[in-house]
Amino acid sequence: MDLSILALLTQDGITNGAVYALLALALVLVFAVTRVIWVPAGEFVAFGTLTLAGFQLGRPPGTISLLVGMALVAGAMEVVACVRRGEPARIPRQLAFWTGIPVVLAAAGAWLAGPELPFWAQILLTLALVTPLGTLLYRIAYQPLAEASVLVLLIVSVAVHFALTGLGLYFFGAEGSRTPPFSSLTFTVGGVNVSMQSLLVVGTSIALIGALYLFFGRTLYGKALRATALNRVGARLVGVSPNLAGALTFTLGGLLCAFSGVLIGPISTVYYDSGFLVSLKGFVGAIIGGLVSYPLAAAGALLVGLIEAFASFWASGFKEVIVFTLIIPVLLWRSLTTHHHEEDE
Amino acid sequence: MTDLLEVRNLHVAYGKVEAVHEVSLRVGSGRIVTVIGPNGAGKTTLLGAIMGLLPARGEIRYAGHATAATSVEQRVGRGLILVPERRELFAAMSVADNLELGAFQRVRSGDRSWRATLDEVYARFPRLRERRAQLAGTLSGGERQMLAMGRALMGKPRLLLLDEPSLGLAPLIVREIFSIIESLRASGVSILLVEQNARAALQVSDYGYVLETGELAVEGPSAELAANPRVAATYLGHATAPLSPGAGQGLSVPGRTPAGATRVRSTR
Repeated sequence: MDLSILALLTQDGITNGAVYALLALALVLVFAVTRVIWVPAGEFVAFGTLTLAGFQLGRPPGTISLLVGMALVAGAMEVVACVRRGEPARIPRQLAFWTGIPVVLAAAGAWLAGPELPFWAQILLTLALVTPLGTLLYRIAYQPLAEASVLVLLIVSVAVHFALTGLGLYFFGAEGSRTPPFSSLTFTVGGVNVSMQSLLVVGTSIALIGALYLFFGRTLYGKALRATALNRVGARLVGVSPNLAGALTFTLGGLLCAFSGVLIGPISTVYYDSGFLVSLKGFVGAIIGGLVSYPLAAAGALLVGLIEAFASFWASGFKEVIVFTLIIPVLLWRSLTTHHHEEDE
Repeated sequence: MTDLLEVRNLHVAYGKVEAVHEVSLRVGSGRIVTVIGPNGAGKTTLLGAIMGLLPARGEIRYAGHATAATSVEQRVGRGLILVPERRELFAAMSVADNLELGAFQRVRSGDRSWRATLDEVYARFPRLRERRAQLAGTLSGGERQMLAMGRALMGKPRLLLLDEPSLGLAPLIVREIFSIIESLRASGVSILLVEQNARAALQVSDYGYVLETGELAVEGPSAELAANPRVAATYLGHATAPLSPGAGQGLSVPGRTPAGATRVRSTR
């Protein structure tokens, strides 16, 4: 192995790792605030790629029907909830939020879809269509169970994963898609070829992570999410409702996953069910961070990307095995170094 | 005098174990009312039910409205704010962030005046201003209590529920906390104070209730309660005779079981 191959593999690893890092952050965020292990994160990645691919072909993607369907279900659930609580006056507002906004976004997607739509607008539309699926998913599947145990929420997550995979097959079909690279430029830095595509992926990920850092550190809603993760009772007592925190968290999670889907589109061919494997790699990164530490999770995801790149060079047949075996020493290390403490004040 | 809070025939149960039964109490506007009683009497449970954290049977009216259909967050928005016994601070966040979050419900409903309230809170607790950049988890016990109270004040309470504010604090700090409680009344906040430190609680309050094994044993104006020999014996440490049964002669005794028939129940 010479230096140029080393550089190439490192570049590949960092590019993939940057995408896994976004997923790892989404998984840590969702778990910290809602205690949900977000197994269906991968479906959001696949939906992101497939939606963008649909726009590329100049036709309205299946996401539009899926979004409208979920918006109708969520709206119906809100109406029932309002009637049960004896607050029918709130129905119009809740309907406008849960059904109105998604339907408007879906209509915009259907209306704008066409071959002449510029690439950046296609990406924005993709994010605008996939992100609200996260919000709606929380309302439909998780909010009714907000007080359930972690195990129950995990079982629900597995069920949601299979349901979304099935819906993905129905709405997007069985054929895989790949989106064109954002840029085909390459340039040479110190004798090493660097592709503009990799730089864009890594740069976008870093920018998004920076934006998240500002959101959690500076804004009241970001602080409210951190507060909910730190102390649920305390958060309720200042008026942060678990439902608000959950819906906001899943919206952010949906955005991060949709972004990963957009970034991974040019790297590999994505089928309706290939998101799961991608999100599992993000999950390994999140586990390295113990599902609590954001920087460790991002670093872990980067490590996963690098190991994957080198494994596919030396033993491509065992690539996935090597990546997922990584989790065993990590779990051993964590079980030896983490002190389990109950109800720490 | 209008009642800000009116609780009637309240029952709270954990599964099949009832921790609070048939409790009725009122807090008038601008008053400090205290609930004293031994460990496990159901005091914290009572506050949890009033706040909406625990499901309860019976009627709770706050500011003239039944609260049954309102969530904890809505109650916070209407100025019903609890300072819990465990403080429930955000340990890994700074003092300033903890205080800012205290105003979350206000900011959410469009009230932009929280910075002015922050200055008021810093004026009341100068220690918090000194430590504003420090993480809440690194504060001392007294400072934590001040932060918990400051965070509650950030929400502009009309009725403040205080759960054992003196618990585990040094005597000097306890005195400081109680003088702050008195000064809060002067600023128009009504207070429902739950305490084991009966002496200080009866000194600072207008009216008091004694809660024992989930039931109200005695009630009356605080000065009368403090003068009641049984109350003095049990809670002010002059003797060792237990208050019930048959306590509170000469004071109003709500819904008592006959003397000697007090049932012992496990609470919590």
